[in-house]
Amino acid sequence: MSEKSEYDNKVEIQWCPGCPNFGILEAFKKAFADIGKKPHEICLVSGIGQAAKLPHYLRCNVFNGLHGRAIPVAVGIQSVNPELTTMVVTGDGDCYGEGGNHFIHALRRNPDITLVVHNNEIYALTKGQASPTTKPGEKRTLQVDGVLTSALNPLAIAIIQGCTFVARGFAGEPDHLSELLAAAIRHPGFSYVDIIQPCITWGNHSVRWFKDRVYQLDKEYDANNRAAALEKVTTDSDRMPIGILYRSDPKPPFGQRFRDEITDRILANQDFVQAEKIGDILERFKVNRDIFYSSGQV
Amino acid sequence: MTIGMSDFFEKRLIFENEVFTVEDLNVVIAGAAGEGIETLGLVLAGTVASLGYHVFTWQEYESRIRGGHNSYCIRISERPKNAPVEAADILLALNKGAANKYERLLNQDGIIVSPEKGDGHRRLTISFSEVAKENFGSKIYANSVAAGALAQILGIEVGALVKVLEDKFSKKGQEVIDANREAAEKGAAMAGEQCKDLCPWKLAEKKANTYRITGNEAIALGAVYGGCRFMAAYPMSPSTGIITYLAKHEKEFKVFTEQAEDEIAAVNMAIGAGYAGARAMTATSGGGFALMTEGISLAGMTETPLVVVLAQRPGPATGLPTRTAQGDLLFAFHAGHGEFPRMILAPADPKDAFHKMVKAFNMADKYQIPVTVLTDQYLADSGFSIEDFEPDQSKPVSFLGDPSEISNYKRYALGSDNGVSPRLYPGQSDHLVCVDSDEHDEAGHITEDLDGMALPMSEKRLAKLDGLRREIAAPEQKAVEKAEIVFVGWGSSRQAILEALALLENDGIQAGMIHFTEIRPFPDFSFPEEKSYWSVEGNATGQLAGLLKSRFSVNFAGHIGRYDGLPLTARYIIRNIFDERKK
Repeated sequence: MSEKSEYDNKVEIQWCPGCPNFGILEAFKKAFADIGKKPHEICLVSGIGQAAKLPHYLRCNVFNGLHGRAIPVAVGIQSVNPELTTMVVTGDGDCYGEGGNHFIHALRRNPDITLVVHNNEIYALTKGQASPTTKPGEKRTLQVDGVLTSALNPLAIAIIQGCTFVARGFAGEPDHLSELLAAAIRHPGFSYVDIIQPCITWGNHSVRWFKDRVYQLDKEYDANNRAAALEKVTTDSDRMPIGILYRSDPKPPFGQRFRDEITDRILANQDFVQAEKIGDILERFKVNRDIFYSSGQV
Repeated sequence: MTIGMSDFFEKRLIFENEVFTVEDLNVVIAGAAGEGIETLGLVLAGTVASLGYHVFTWQEYESRIRGGHNSYCIRISERPKNAPVEAADILLALNKGAANKYERLLNQDGIIVSPEKGDGHRRLTISFSEVAKENFGSKIYANSVAAGALAQILGIEVGALVKVLEDKFSKKGQEVIDANREAAEKGAAMAGEQCKDLCPWKLAEKKANTYRITGNEAIALGAVYGGCRFMAAYPMSPSTGIITYLAKHEKEFKVFTEQAEDEIAAVNMAIGAGYAGARAMTATSGGGFALMTEGISLAGMTETPLVVVLAQRPGPATGLPTRTAQGDLLFAFHAGHGEFPRMILAPADPKDAFHKMVKAFNMADKYQIPVTVLTDQYLADSGFSIEDFEPDQSKPVSFLGDPSEISNYKRYALGSDNGVSPRLYPGQSDHLVCVDSDEHDEAGHITEDLDGMALPMSEKRLAKLDGLRREIAAPEQKAVEKAEIVFVGWGSSRQAILEALALLENDGIQAGMIHFTEIRPFPDFSFPEEKSYWSVEGNATGQLAGLLKSRFSVNFAGHIGRYDGLPLTARYIIRNIFDERKK
């Protein structure tokens, strides 16, 4: 256990006053304190958007990269140093729109990273356009007659694609959310938490509206049942379940084979190969070499 | 020399102690994709190299896995001659279509070996696949028949070829080895019957033992020596050989390799790995590099070391995927939005590429910048003959900060003379490492303080340019002082230009070369006055020439550009300079 205040950072917070993101920020601090990870053991990676500013407001290592590109940066960090608690914090536009390809492939790759998506179903920092998760019919500043395209269902995608930890939290219930975050961080391999985050400036619904609809999954709910989980996240309902939607036995995380078979050392700051050793390797290029390219074209 | 040797033979063969020596001999093997010309070429090149000759190989091939017409060229010499030549002394065509397409390359006194009879050249007719099928039950032995024939024509003891074949098929069992040996012997015997007075060559064993290596292999090894521990890439010709080589030897090199979902992911993974404290790289060609440009800008802004190999092929768009070009210099020069310091290196050959990779990793680390290494399909795929690599001429040096010497750590601390702030990596100590693609303060957090922070941060980054300029090597000058004509080139065209100088000298024309392998930032240099400067580049518009004009106010008499997908050669340069000067 650590103190929540250990993660306080003296950086001016740029969110709108009263934004539910503040609740998410508190949930992060509480989760870190509960797990007992020190700030220097944590690395938060984000892209661009209001959610992506969150790492700046915590005391920890931070890589605030490009819009949509947080996941590949985190994969690079985690490959080099699996001892870090590497997390991606980002929004729905960043993760499901600009970075959608990386989201899909992170599910395949299964890096030991926790992905946290503030899903407010809107582009807030660019002033209220639709995001991939905006419900059809809802009006946005650019979609003046309402969104005509169907909404992405990232939770269903994650379950179908074999993610072994899929959860949804609510920014309005930070204590519950912090438990989800802590469980996600503890889960080996890729873990994914989508957070219902009302946008109080551009959104169509109040925080109250969400509170009336959100409910916690009860103890009867079997998170190990993939079919039931899929049904849960694909059934249209006025009510929004939060909690661990799906969890199964962890699979070997990305890079495990390399660490088992090649080296389990952190790849940072490694000793250089000596010139003599390189000279020995070069000796093999003295005739009779047998290098055949696959000619993998285009 | 009893046969009526032509001038051609006399030029190329020197009678020395009863043994012919080979000054310069070009063997071209042509066939369809899937017929195995690359394997055949590698076997023959390996055999010739095992005798102690310098062997340079390059190939031109279509973007397909089966069919079409491809060629594999083997240039044999007793001194290194690492440049392509157009004319063939010996052409071996595996099928009629290939013979038709490539026979125009054959020298007047050259020899063609093909399955079909024909007129016009000294000719051997061997139906490789039929011979293989009739004698060994399968046409898969056709290439060993062909290899045997070529060995015989070149006057190589068939035993030297058999040794290479045995090595190649060592894992396939004795039966396969025996069949291939017999096929090679059969091919040699058949060629021997037809050669009689036609084949004057005799490649005897020499003592020399040189390195045979491609540009991509040298780049991979240079990266290993340069301390690379992570590489992510998306497959794209002609860069793919680099990550393939590193992955194949991961147990030895301990480089973490990953095939990314796209080039955007590849460059961002490499940046993440660099931030985490590992030397990291990616490689691609023009189209993939286009996707990476935002990442290059990210490396510039976050001050994360990054090495990107850009192996050029002709564009625009998909262009000619398997051919060569030097068409992306301006693109690399300007890649990435905003202003930030970066370095661009353009190695001349595999040895240079090996050392340039070490420099790329050192400079990326020292100045915390992106470094782009520009190669091309010709350099990437061709097999060069290198006399010595001298790895210890380069030395990898780490520039990471020492956390024990720092209190109150700020990743972008201002106040250094050279714009470089100590770089630590996350988890190295309890110092927190915060980096940001937004303009940021010294601690790495978003700032909107324009005068107080955005301005000094921007100036801090650009201050690195002073130091970088001092790291850059001046261009290589060859015979410039006496020269009337001076060729100005960069990257992989070096050897072709040098050969052009030698050929021109034979014709009494004094020509010189100024050749760049380190391009951004430009070195301090002044072009000697009163020369006729000609740019020689693998592009249509003279991209380096344009940059040099604006940087050094040098005027060019003309541009010799090659942009048909093939590499620059000495003959091409000379043909074009005479054509241009006539105008």
